[in-house]
Amino acid sequence: MADRRGMPVYFLAIIATLSICNAVASSSVVHPVSDPHRSAAVELFTPAGRSLSLEETYEALRTFEVLGVGKAKLRSDGCLSVLEVLKSAPSSPKDLYYALKVNGLSKCTSERAVFEIAASRLKAALSDASSLLDYHYTVGGLVLIKDQSPDVDVALSDAKGTFQSIKALSQSDGRWRYGSNNPESSTYAAGVALETLAGIIKLEDSEISPSMISAVGNDIKKLFDSIEKYDDGTFYFDEKVVESLEYRGPLATSSAVVVGLSSFASVASEKIDIPGEVLLGLAKFFLAIGVPGDSKDLFYQINALACLENNRRVSVPLILSLPATVLSLTKKDQLKVRVTTVLGANSPPLKLKLRQVLKSDAADVSVIDSQELTHDSEGGFYYLDVLPDNIDVGKYKFVFQILLEDPEHKKSYATGGRIHVPIYVSGVVNVENAVIAVLDSDLGTVDTQKNLDLVKRNDISLSANHLQKLRLSFQLSTPRGLAYTPHQAFLRLKHETKVEHIFVVGNTGKQFELVLDFLRLVEKFYYLSGRYELEVAVGDSVMENSFLWPIGHIELDIPEAPEKAPRPPPVAADPYSRFEVKAEIQHIFRAPEKRPPKELSLAFLGLSFLPFIGFLGGLLSLGVNLKNFPSAPVPATFALLFQVGIGAVLGLYMLFWLKLDLFTTLKAVGLLGAFLLFVGHRILSHLAATSAKLKSA
Amino acid sequence: MARSTGEDAQALIRSLRSAYAATPKNLKIIDLYVAFAVSTALIQVVYMALVGSFPFNSFLSGVLSCVGTAVLAVCLRIQLNKDNKEFKDLAPERAFADFVLCNLVLHLVIMNFLG
Repeated sequence: MADRRGMPVYFLAIIATLSICNAVASSSVVHPVSDPHRSAAVELFTPAGRSLSLEETYEALRTFEVLGVGKAKLRSDGCLSVLEVLKSAPSSPKDLYYALKVNGLSKCTSERAVFEIAASRLKAALSDASSLLDYHYTVGGLVLIKDQSPDVDVALSDAKGTFQSIKALSQSDGRWRYGSNNPESSTYAAGVALETLAGIIKLEDSEISPSMISAVGNDIKKLFDSIEKYDDGTFYFDEKVVESLEYRGPLATSSAVVVGLSSFASVASEKIDIPGEVLLGLAKFFLAIGVPGDSKDLFYQINALACLENNRRVSVPLILSLPATVLSLTKKDQLKVRVTTVLGANSPPLKLKLRQVLKSDAADVSVIDSQELTHDSEGGFYYLDVLPDNIDVGKYKFVFQILLEDPEHKKSYATGGRIHVPIYVSGVVNVENAVIAVLDSDLGTVDTQKNLDLVKRNDISLSANHLQKLRLSFQLSTPRGLAYTPHQAFLRLKHETKVEHIFVVGNTGKQFELVLDFLRLVEKFYYLSGRYELEVAVGDSVMENSFLWPIGHIELDIPEAPEKAPRPPPVAADPYSRFEVKAEIQHIFRAPEKRPPKELSLAFLGLSFLPFIGFLGGLLSLGVNLKNFPSAPVPATFALLFQVGIGAVLGLYMLFWLKLDLFTTLKAVGLLGAFLLFVGHRILSHLAATSAKLKSA
Repeated sequence: MARSTGEDAQALIRSLRSAYAATPKNLKIIDLYVAFAVSTALIQVVYMALVGSFPFNSFLSGVLSCVGTAVLAVCLRIQLNKDNKEFKDLAPERAFADFVLCNLVLHLVIMNFLG
């Protein structure tokens, strides 16, 4: 993930803004779960070719259950694996857990005997359990058995002890560790732990004292202190350390925490106080994903939203969504708003008020007074009959507020205070009084003037010289008759040689005017005389009739270019030529040295043998002889070996130069040297002895 | 006066030659060997002067091999010269053995440096 390294910086930024953004509510539109989610579920949970594991089958069935989609084949395939796991002997607690989960959704079997075997196996596994996930699967499995077959005995032998061992893995910041020998704490593990602790309370609530429950409640509070937030009011959970191997991403982590929270809140005797704003922010986080492209992500999203919706012990978020955020004045669009729960179910009776309409550039003053939207009970949405007259073309922020009618509901639903929604209001901007004129420079009198009709192409022709000016003027007004400054208002002049110049048409209020003083512009025009094509372009994102019209041409008479005038930039024949393949760069790291010609080197090689020949010749002329060579066999052999030894060493040096490396050579030299020493000593001492005998004799 | 210097030079050379003829034969062999080594070195230097000193390590190893062996031969000559009182007690075979050993070591180093 390329953004991992940016996360710590982002985290700091979040902490900084958390303190500032308290009361400012959301400003983005999310949509509740709807048909696109259902069709995505059907598509994603049918993998091509392979069979689903029990965990995946459970995820698929749970998602289908929440969305109200049926899949018989999945059920029957799942049942086969479920029965296999529940009936066959060695199954891990994880397999039993998921088998029981699938069984709960597809009702594969309800034989008491099967559940009893599973329960005994789970209890045995529980007594050996040491890590968080072990507890999770065993306790979770026993809770599922209790739901599916209430007669089976699932009493825990030491509920309090188990509760304490799980609680012991909690950290001071509300996170949990996976095991006592695992130092890293994880938010995902916290969600899993809360779910497991809720399971223990379900199984044996008499043993768990209220103080233990309130201790866990404190952990939940601390965990929610570490929640992260986007500017638009979306809340989510993420791990502190994102580089760990078990990092699952904010979606899985937030989903785990929501599931854990809702399980715990439903069994805890005292109310867990989570602000409605946080729950609404979490709901928006899950909904803002839209329709995930991965089956696991879809499961996390749907499962978490189902927990948020169905848990009555914490506030249920209400989602405000708009089917259309662009309203057209020409078509007289109505403002339509829906208020539903996260899964798309109807909201309780409420009033929807449009408190303010703020223009994006004047964000303090509301354009309208507060008004109430009418409720259409058949369609299930709220609407405004006609947009107020003050609302003109442009970008606005509509500020809504949900007011629940029943005061009891105020505690159980999270509405989110003031909700800001960006709305674009588009319309047709009228262009009037479009006139183009050539003026004489000094007096400003009009030389030629032509009217333009800027709703279609025009074809006027003008002519001017460098002493004159060109003036273009028109008026723009919104449907309500007010002035409007569009994002773009240009006049383009294009010469025959394809050189073009673009000028911005400025405005004061409704009147748009551009005056081109050719005297000053001759240099900008590169002194090119001739025919210039004229085009007028006016456009904006909220203008329904943005246009680019050619309006004709002007013959410009400009004096010749002086010596040092700038040349116009060459226009490439093919505008895509800059994307062509460029010439290859040859990299030269070091130029090779110049070597002498071969013949010269060979000549000197021969020349260097000359002194050796001279040496031999000199030896001959001196009359060297081998008379001192020993004649007796033993010394003779030594003498021979001595010469051979020296020759061998020199031969070894040749080999060394040619291919051996130093270490091999040194080893060989060592051996040969030892031999040579021995032999040399013998022969030389023999020679010394003989010469000494000769001297004494 | 030029004539007398020329005559003096010739006389000098003649006396040197006759003195040299009196040296023992083994010393003459060593002198010849030194002349051989030095001339080989000179030829290598001339070659380098012609073609440039790349690769410098090869040039150095070649020249130093010649110079080194000449130096060792000179040492041997000093040790073998009977007129040299310092080395009177040194057996000539011992000097020769030293010469051989030092030459072998020198040439190992030279071969390593030759590249």
